[in-house]
Amino acid sequence: MVKQLTSGERQFAAVILVVLAVLGIAMAAAGRADPLGVHGLIVLLYSGALLYVVLSSFYEREPDLSLRTRYYDDPIKVGIALTMAWAVFGMFIGVWVAAQLAWPNLAFDAAWSSFGRLRPAHTTGVIFGFGGNALIATSFHVVQRTSRARLAGQISPWFVLFGFNLFCILAVTGYFMGLTQSKEYAEPEWYADLWLVVVWVVYFILYIRTLARRREPHIYVANWYYLAFILVVAMLHIVNNIAVPVSLGHAKSYTVWAGVQDAMVQWWYGHNAVAFFLTAGFLAMLYYYLPIRAGRPIFSYRLSILSFWGITFFYMWAGSHHLHYTALPHWVQNLGMTFSIMLLVPSWASAGNALLTLNGAWHKVRDDATLRFIMVAVIFYGLSTFEGSFMAIRPVNSLSHYTDWTVGHVHAGALGWVAMITFGSLYTLVPTLWKRERMYSAMLVEVHFWLALAGTLIYVFAMWNSGIIQGLMWRTYTQEDTLAYSFLDSLVAMYPYYIARAFGGLLFLLGAIVASYNIWMTVRYSPEALTDRAPAGPDQGPLPENVTAPAE
Amino acid sequence: MRELFHRKLERTSIGFAIAIIAAASVGGIVEIAPLFTIDETVETVDDMRLYTPLELAGRDIYVREGCYACHSQMIRTLRDEVERYGPYSLAVESKYDHPMLWGSKRTGPDLARVGGKYSDFWHVAHLTNPRDVVPESNMPAYRWLARNTLKMDDLGLHLAAQRAVGVPYTDEMIENASRDAFGQASPDTEFAAGVTERYGEETQVSAFDGVTTRVTEMDALVAYLQVLGRLTKAPYQNTAAPEQAPDPNN
Repeated sequence: MVKQLTSGERQFAAVILVVLAVLGIAMAAAGRADPLGVHGLIVLLYSGALLYVVLSSFYEREPDLSLRTRYYDDPIKVGIALTMAWAVFGMFIGVWVAAQLAWPNLAFDAAWSSFGRLRPAHTTGVIFGFGGNALIATSFHVVQRTSRARLAGQISPWFVLFGFNLFCILAVTGYFMGLTQSKEYAEPEWYADLWLVVVWVVYFILYIRTLARRREPHIYVANWYYLAFILVVAMLHIVNNIAVPVSLGHAKSYTVWAGVQDAMVQWWYGHNAVAFFLTAGFLAMLYYYLPIRAGRPIFSYRLSILSFWGITFFYMWAGSHHLHYTALPHWVQNLGMTFSIMLLVPSWASAGNALLTLNGAWHKVRDDATLRFIMVAVIFYGLSTFEGSFMAIRPVNSLSHYTDWTVGHVHAGALGWVAMITFGSLYTLVPTLWKRERMYSAMLVEVHFWLALAGTLIYVFAMWNSGIIQGLMWRTYTQEDTLAYSFLDSLVAMYPYYIARAFGGLLFLLGAIVASYNIWMTVRYSPEALTDRAPAGPDQGPLPENVTAPAE
Repeated sequence: MRELFHRKLERTSIGFAIAIIAAASVGGIVEIAPLFTIDETVETVDDMRLYTPLELAGRDIYVREGCYACHSQMIRTLRDEVERYGPYSLAVESKYDHPMLWGSKRTGPDLARVGGKYSDFWHVAHLTNPRDVVPESNMPAYRWLARNTLKMDDLGLHLAAQRAVGVPYTDEMIENASRDAFGQASPDTEFAAGVTERYGEETQVSAFDGVTTRVTEMDALVAYLQVLGRLTKAPYQNTAAPEQAPDPNN
């Protein structure tokens, strides 16, 4: 990766890393009596390790600049490796916390491994670690291919990738030490949040400059979604995380928002993290890898426009459905409910558009587990967006809120939609990127598919059952008009489902491990390894058959 | 056929980016901005008191341990919730909460009105090992809270930061933060009187964890749990009846 850089670029990379290392030292010094100091050391080690990589190839021969007309794929390859590493880590923590709910002594009496600290490590690990790396890696791939242009920068793609992973590492190690803002999906403290803003600005500039280089007149639909993902996540992240640190030597901070306004800001953020991190970016994957894999163009261009702007506009109103019957003013609750229901239209337009794209390729869905991953992802997308709109209706929410039903709903989306579309995309992307004919083992893709599907179904059914039972027990009255069950009665009823859920999660984790092995073997050993072949592959020129052009 | 406007928009990346920001900004502006300007959003009450330094330290521990992942602090306006947990939560009760801890999941029960419901001794036993007092519980044990001495020397900085985000702590409160934290957990010392003087007669001064020789994280967390729902009496004077949850069998 350093060999691709000119000596000027190597110097620049080294300067950035030295600056980062100095920042780490400053944090360690200012926070020597605080967990902030530990994070300073982590920043120092991280930048030191990368600096070592840069310096060890510092005086190697410079690259042939004429190769810079080709696509820049090295950051994507590293991004895929990081995606799978975070997947296994995040899902392992997930299985562990799930098991703790059934067997609480699995925390082993240590502070760092108690449920409240592991739970954000799981959510951050899978959402930001696994999902975020997958989004960055695929966005680098899709924007180059659909624009027929090289990434607009030599160092910035690496900065985005490694900078983002530094954020994830600070987040997760922080939770183990008890550093959290207690804002769901926005737990990291102020300095990590500031760092993410820097990374994100570079990401946006890189992306928009690459689009400006495009040799296609139109911006392809997948890039609309990646752009929305980058821009709106920046908006949400900045507003929700404005905070005042206790001092520059403290990791701890207090958010500027209080009480009811904080609740609204938090769920405006929280719900749209689902919308723009876990939906928009992954719809971008869908709009590129589905037509590529199925060999058919997207069914309807107009439907793509409708669903894109529908999602971008409606989603931002829906957050208040997380606060039904609370101290949030009624009018905001009603607005949230209304827009959540309207949201079904663009959501199903996307799902329908994807399924109709498959029309004429159903035989491929039968034979090709990769395409089946994508197809099942679309089905789960359709189901969980329907479920989401349904649960946003006030009376339904009175039952589902605070119960495991919400957890089941989230995982129908996270496992069924987000993870499945990612695996489908990776299985399409990996052979292309490493110039292999196909994955190392089609059989293992098949095994992974069934593990993932079985795991998701077991998980979701367990949580539907437990959630609805819980909700009903809380509101059941006896003939004498008194509450029929104590809270404890409802907890005791949950245990069998908590065990089933942990088992479902375990199957899903095993699937991810199988996928990592398969990807590793594809990269490592392939009969037709083309290590020193000339650059002219099918992937270098214009897109084959141009299937990603609008259907009109 | 005339070219679709969207085809033009697709040819300009900056234009497209601006259109995304415009479309995505509306919802937040319409729903969030009025919450700061409409006066009825947060009720006005006279008796709302602030967290003492010890309670704030306990709240920070509640945040640190991620208790919000399993416990809500928001009783909804539903009859069964009011009968189970107490009067439904009002916005004013979390007006000084940075961040709010309303929560989103009840693996354990709601804690909005848990203050005063159990003794200090019960809380200490329960936090040390929940299964000693509730055999069916799946809550983690928090034994280390009683082992860790509470860090009190920088509580003044915490109060000052709270003031910076809008909580009306006075200079006197900030100055005495460490002493007040110690005093609230040490009823027989000279520092105890200052706490009730500054934070009101209702403030509970107690040797929360039963050990008076040092102030632990257990003291702070129990002090916080014991004040939940007791910062104001307003919810008990509220006369609007809760809603009956819809019965799916009807």
